[in-house]
Parts: sequence; C-alpha cells; structure tokens
Amino acid sequence: MTALEAAGKTIELNGEGFLLDGDQWTPELAEALAESAGMGPLSDKHWQVITFCREDAAREGQSPGLRRISKLSGVSMKELYKLFPKGPGKLAARVAGLPKPQACI
Amino acid sequence: MNTATLTSPTADVTVAPAVPKPEPIAKIAIICSKGTLDMAYPGLILANAARMSGIDATLFFTFWGLDIISEETVDKLHVPTVGNPSMHIPTLVGGLPGMESLATTMMKKQMEKLDIPDVRELVEILDDSGAELYACRMAMDMFKRTEDDLLPQVKDIISAMDFYDKAAGAQILFI
Repeated sequence: MTALEAAGKTIELNGEGFLLDGDQWTPELAEALAESAGMGPLSDKHWQVITFCREDAAREGQSPGLRRISKLSGVSMKELYKLFPKGPGKLAARVAGLPKPQACI
Repeated sequence: MNTATLTSPTADVTVAPAVPKPEPIAKIAIICSKGTLDMAYPGLILANAARMSGIDATLFFTFWGLDIISEETVDKLHVPTVGNPSMHIPTLVGGLPGMESLATTMMKKQMEKLDIPDVRELVEILDDSGAELYACRMAMDMFKRTEDDLLPQVKDIISAMDFYDKAAGAQILFI
C-alpha cells in the first residue's frame, strides 16, 4: 500500500497504484494519479477517455476493458496507446479512479 | 547478505533479509506454432494483455501458427475434435463428417456472445497496440507461402536466429 499527497490530503493507493477508496476521486486527483504513473499533464483526449470510463463504470458496475473503451469512447486503439504509453489497459482506469479492469481484451 | 538483528522492547528477534521485490516483466516474446482456433487465442490474448499492461510484445509465427496470420486461413481456423481429449467425445465420433465444423461454429458463437474479437480483429488490435508480428522464414518456405499470402500487420519474415535478436531481454513463451 502506498499513499499519494494531493490537494493537501493523503490519499491511499493499493500496491498497483489504484485508489483504495474510489469515492475520493476528483478531477484534481486524476492529475496527481497521472503524475504518480509517470505521465505528463492530462490533455482533452485523456479527459475524453477518463470521462467515458467513469460513466461506463457507473452504468455497468465495472471498469471497462480496453477494447470497450476503443469501441465506445470515440478514441481509437492506436490513440489510446499514444495517450497511455505505459499500458492503457491499466492506466486509463487508474487515472479515472476505478479498480483494475477484469477484462482481458 | 547478512541477516539483520532487530532489537525490540519485548524480545530479540532475528529477521531474515527481505526477499527483493521481483522485477516486473518488461518484454514478452511469444512463439505461436499451432493453427487451431483454441491454440491461436492464447498467444494473441497474452500478447494483447501484455501490451495493455505496458509490456513489450513480439510474436513469432511458425509451422501451423502461420495459419493465424495468413489471409486465406485466418478466418477459417478450426477447433480440433479428433485427438483432443478435452472435447469429451469419443475420437471416432469426433471424426464423423461435420463434427469439426459444428464444434467450431459453437465456439465462435459463444465467443461472439462474450464479445471476444475474432482472430483477424485481434491481429489488428495487436498491430494498433504496437506489438510486433513476425513470420518464420523456414515455415514460409515449407508451406510455399510468400509475403503476399500474409496479413498486412505482419512486419517481416525472419529466421529463428533473427527471432532471438528481436527477443533480446524478453521472457519467451512457446505455444
């Protein structure tokens, strides 16, 4: 377990860097989560993915897999890999404050 | 490494040095040597999962594995019903005409229901993900195939020795 200092608060993360308590997520925290994953500032395209992931997870009750994101978010698979070069399958959900996706695709 | 001795208020406790945290896998190289539907998926899915996790992936298709990346065969991969104990049907029954098509259709239907992409789409996804796909030169010669027979996502036709060069630093998986 690790912790992240953001906006004057201490936020607890699991061993893989995912939020322990998803309710703590805020847009400002997304920037801090991205930074903790070695990413630069979030672009509009990142936000398009994050917003889709959060809305989809709220509807479906689980984090979307990468193929689902590429099919439904309007951001292509190639772009997703450009936005999250260190692994879009995990990082999109991590920055969006969601648990690690269960889907293999 | 020495064992460290910690002194606690209650007792002297000897603690063995912590095992260093294993290094995460940075690269995987998968050899796909089988051309049946059930043996095509594991390699492709594992390579895709690697890329989704930020792990580099290189795939080397050899022998029957070439069917996975050949234009003429990619949409026609079959589930074997003969010599496949996991089918749980007698071999003689599995050999009856139409059994293999039936089993293949059933598996494809189930995959569609679960929204699992077909093999052609999975190869496209892998290409988009930055995974590198290579065909084995010797197998290509044996099966009399040329570059024109392969899917456009295949990067090159290479030798086994070239494969090892491409796989430098990778964990190698044979399927």
